[in-house]
Amino acid sequence: MKKLRTEVAVVGGGPAGLSAAAEAARAGAKVLLIDENKRLGGQLVKQIHKFFGSEAHHAGVRGYQIARRLLRDVEDAGVTVASNALAYGLFPEKELGVVWDGKHCQVSAERIVLAAGAKENYLAFPGSTLPGVMGAGAAQTMANINRVLPGRRIVMLGSGNVGLIVSYQLMQAGADVVAVVEGADHIGGYGVHAAKLRRAGVPFYLSHTVKRASGDGALARVEIVQVGKNWQSIPGTELTLEADTLCLAAGLNPMTELAWMAGCAFLYLPAFGGHVPAHDAKMETTVPGVYVAGDITGVEEASTAMEEGRMAGLSAAESLGYGAGAALDAERAAIQRRLDDLRAGERGAIRRESKARQTAAAADQRQGGGAT
Amino acid sequence: MTGIAYTGVPSAEELRACPGIPTPERRKKGRVAVIECVQEIPCNPCAAACPFHAISIPGEITALPRLDGELCTGCGRCVALCPGLAITLVDETYGEEEGAVDFPYEFLPLPAEGDTVDAVGRDGRTLCAARVVSVRRPEANDGTRVIRIAVPKRFLDDVKSIRRLARKEEEDAWTTK
Ligand SMILES: Cc1cc2nc3c(=O)[nH]c(=O)nc-3n(C[C@H](O)[C@H](O)[C@H](O)COP(=O)(O)OP(=O)(O)OC[C@H]3O[C@@H](n4cnc5c(N)ncnc54)[C@H](O)[C@@H]3O)c2cc1C
Ligand code: SF4
Ligand code: SF4
Repeated sequence: MKKLRTEVAVVGGGPAGLSAAAEAARAGAKVLLIDENKRLGGQLVKQIHKFFGSEAHHAGVRGYQIARRLLRDVEDAGVTVASNALAYGLFPEKELGVVWDGKHCQVSAERIVLAAGAKENYLAFPGSTLPGVMGAGAAQTMANINRVLPGRRIVMLGSGNVGLIVSYQLMQAGADVVAVVEGADHIGGYGVHAAKLRRAGVPFYLSHTVKRASGDGALARVEIVQVGKNWQSIPGTELTLEADTLCLAAGLNPMTELAWMAGCAFLYLPAFGGHVPAHDAKMETTVPGVYVAGDITGVEEASTAMEEGRMAGLSAAESLGYGAGAALDAERAAIQRRLDDLRAGERGAIRRESKARQTAAAADQRQGGGAT
Repeated sequence: MTGIAYTGVPSAEELRACPGIPTPERRKKGRVAVIECVQEIPCNPCAAACPFHAISIPGEITALPRLDGELCTGCGRCVALCPGLAITLVDETYGEEEGAVDFPYEFLPLPAEGDTVDAVGRDGRTLCAARVVSVRRPEANDGTRVIRIAVPKRFLDDVKSIRRLARKEEEDAWTTK
């Protein structure tokens, strides 16, 4: 088995991992970036829409183009890129088990940055295994990467930004979205994304959920029903929609397997998608030398992922003796300011609060308090 | 319940309170941007897009974009650079009976100049017939088209887009599974 040594190993090549790798390498560290895909960029790769966020984070630029820019930075910084490489385990002494191009190898690193992103939540209901029922992410990959339209008449379950954006993209690809169905009494994602769909004639069914999907061998009908405050169905409010595709956009949850294996302390933060590793302001977890960044720390956005990635990369490099002093402190303060800014406002309040709890938990743990 | 978070359509109150809407006086002077961005989200490309500094996001990035109508020349750069497609241009001075609306459009097929199409409002309902004045694809827009339509003046406040045109099979670059 091949054995590799590096100073910093970054797992995940989305906006967080790319930013972490570039920053650590620029500071002078030897960096290996590991991603399971052939094409790096994580979620960005399938995003054909112009991104939200601040100008400083390439907002207004299409997602896949942002990925290209970040990848160029990584290459310019001299990072070694292992694509088509899955990190399947993280063992004591910071050893990563990796299957790279089909071959096993063992990577021992002095510092590890986990930037594995998040995965889609799964939902079960009668008919949920019928062909035509799929995750919104899968539908997006079909349309934007493989250029195959998943269907002609789409029902989208979930009105978060993912549900809204994927609905719009499927319409751009030529499909009709016959309904966006949402269990809560309000739209989860940004109003501007919802407004695009409304202008294009898409109806929203709030306080509704999918009761069953049916069809002869493939999806043909989606039965939806109104739900009350405690999400119980209200009999007599069923409505049947004809559709050949039902996309599930029921949220994402952080990909935390490697952080569990590493022994990081976790806490449960619903606003961030579930269990997330505690970490300090420098993005270090409760396991010394193991850092986290991006959606793995709580599902947010590409802009926050990039900033957290930078923070983690700089901090990992610093702990190896690369970069120090006032310049580094100033840079970190600037990153923190941008992060706070991105979590400002009414809609950011819950994320601000969640982050505060996450860093407090790390501090507690270090003092032997033992947070969960 | 009304409001963008419940309907996907900004309510009358939200629009009244929105700092991105030009004054009636400014509108009388000619083409101007209308920014219907009514929810505090971390976003700011519109402010950077405007070469005349007519759009500002005061303080935190989540603040609502504010339009200074006197600085806005109606150049349209912001229209296609807003990822929320929340900005249109209105021109009350376009004609005697007609005003013009410029809006971003990202569906195919595209209408052609001179076509008659259905103009729709914020909720997608058809308001009136519209004449397509121009279909532009400015370099800076990176694929997003800006369409200008002429509509009767009394619909000018509410027209936001056009009904999506039916796809012709042969134009279909996509295959189904
Ligand atoms: C439809 C949609 C629209 C969005 N729109 C916007 C937007 O407009 N603006 C915005 O700011 N954000 C947007 N986002 C959110 C943004 O894409 C994510 O927040 C961001 O990509 C998270 O970055 P990340 O680096 O943490 O994770 P990811 O981008 O998910 O990258 C993680 C990478 O790690 C890889 N990986 C995971 N585990 C392993 C392993 N064990 N071994 C090897 N590789 C591994 C994954 O395959 C992936 O490539 C959108 C997301 C979606 C789904
Ligand atoms: S139309 Fe031109 S001048 Fe007016 S706000 Fe937009 S970019 Fe600025
Ligand atoms: S770019 Fe568009 S969505 Fe973003 S703040 Fe400006 S107007 Fe709102």
